[in-house]
Amino acid sequence: MPLLETRALTAYYGDFQALYGIDSHLDEGETIAIIGANGAGKSTYLSALVGLRSVEREMIEFDGIALGGSKPAEILSRGIAMVPEGRRLFPSLSVEENLLVGNYGRKVRGPWNIEAIYRLFPILKERRNQQSTSLSGGQQQMVALGRALMANPRILLCDEISLGLAPSVIRDIYAALAEIRSEGASVVVVEQNINQALEVADRVYCMLEGRITLEGRPSGVSREQIRHAYFGQ
Amino acid sequence: MIWLDIIIQGILLGGLYALFATGLSLIFGIMRLVNLAHGDFMVVGAFAVLVGIEALGLNIVLAAVLAGVLMFCLGYALQYTILNRTLGKDILPPLLVTFGLSIILQNAMLETFTADTRRLKAGGFEEQSIQIGDLAIGAMPLLTLVSAIVVIQLLNWLFFHTETGRAFRATSDDPETAQLMGIDNARIFALAMALAMVVVAIAGLYMGARATFDPLIGPGRLIYAFEAVIIGGLGSLWGTLAGGVILGLAQTIGAQINPEWQILAGHVVFLIVLVLRPRGLFPRQTG
Repeated sequence: MPLLETRALTAYYGDFQALYGIDSHLDEGETIAIIGANGAGKSTYLSALVGLRSVEREMIEFDGIALGGSKPAEILSRGIAMVPEGRRLFPSLSVEENLLVGNYGRKVRGPWNIEAIYRLFPILKERRNQQSTSLSGGQQQMVALGRALMANPRILLCDEISLGLAPSVIRDIYAALAEIRSEGASVVVVEQNINQALEVADRVYCMLEGRITLEGRPSGVSREQIRHAYFGQ
Repeated sequence: MIWLDIIIQGILLGGLYALFATGLSLIFGIMRLVNLAHGDFMVVGAFAVLVGIEALGLNIVLAAVLAGVLMFCLGYALQYTILNRTLGKDILPPLLVTFGLSIILQNAMLETFTADTRRLKAGGFEEQSIQIGDLAIGAMPLLTLVSAIVVIQLLNWLFFHTETGRAFRATSDDPETAQLMGIDNARIFALAMALAMVVVAIAGLYMGARATFDPLIGPGRLIYAFEAVIIGGLGSLWGTLAGGVILGLAQTIGAQINPEWQILAGHVVFLIVLVLRPRGLFPRQTG
């Protein structure tokens, strides 16, 4: 049984229908990548998974429980955390406070706590009392990743975590993601950077205009298939 | 010596205005809600203390504690059931709803307590003063200022040293992302309004103990609260205290120059600050 499954997932972005019947699944310990152009519906897909879009209950099943349309707090407490696009750090909170708020109201057992985050990203320990917005883009992304990890999620959703970062920083971030996976988390990566996505994922879904246009293992899909699924030509 | 006395009286009056303004500042800072019924809730707080004293026979301290508990519950319920529904990108719905609440509260209080002016009796404490040389400092105004400082210090401790405070600030920064952290915005906003209402009850206590009040004075006190918040800078509670003190000083100095200028001088200083520093003197620094 998959850890997470969506069945005919339909969701709206404002008045726009952004998703048209998405069938997808994620197995325990697996990493999947969602690729697609701007406006393909990737972020709406993640938003629906974490309860920020209203969807019908049976459209999302996590660990055998129908979770669609639940409140974000309930979804998080069951073990799905998200690193949002653009980092979305809290500007009035320090680095350490941003990390701590990821564990708000809960004491979840697992490998991740503030010390483990500082071992993963030592620079954050040095900067822990700084305002989060005074950090570089890469360091801010580390805070966003660490903040999501503080909830010890079973599934980590990463929305465009390489966006706007230098190649060397992207390598560091994805190296950290490999470590996170090794601690047992399943991962969903939404990426516009196709090479990065294919490198990290066990399986890949390509989206176009709110529909899945391609699914497969990175080794099993050709560039031509991806181009066709990505642009619809 | 008379000017020293005036300055001290102005600072002490500022303590009262800071108490008027703190609840307003807190609510605006956390959920960007402008509560036009804020002044009327202060009057509700004062009447709650009055009922505790006159109907239940409590002393003023116990009556104030009871009023604080009632206002906490009222604030939580009001925010959770009504005001949360008005929050969003459009600032008009909360303005309209709180304006309506203001009218409802004034009329309900008129019906219940009549238009008579009232005053809270503090067992003679309101008439006591501390003599320092030639200066006589009123015990009640001094207690008001001390209370304002203690309230703001406690709120700052809550905001900057507790998990709930982090949740308040995170929700204030970005409500949607705060939800992703498992923060229930509806409950956080309700808790913020409940805390603000406790401060409102304290403000109502001192408002009623220092001067007379009636069911219709709320909007007039709301103006002072607004001015103190804006002079001090939005989102900073110590700034709100400073704003209250500046307003108090302007009024007492204005009254000394010409008794008719008391209220006007406060408004003029407010307008000058608005022109020269539209974000206030001590705005919250972010980013």
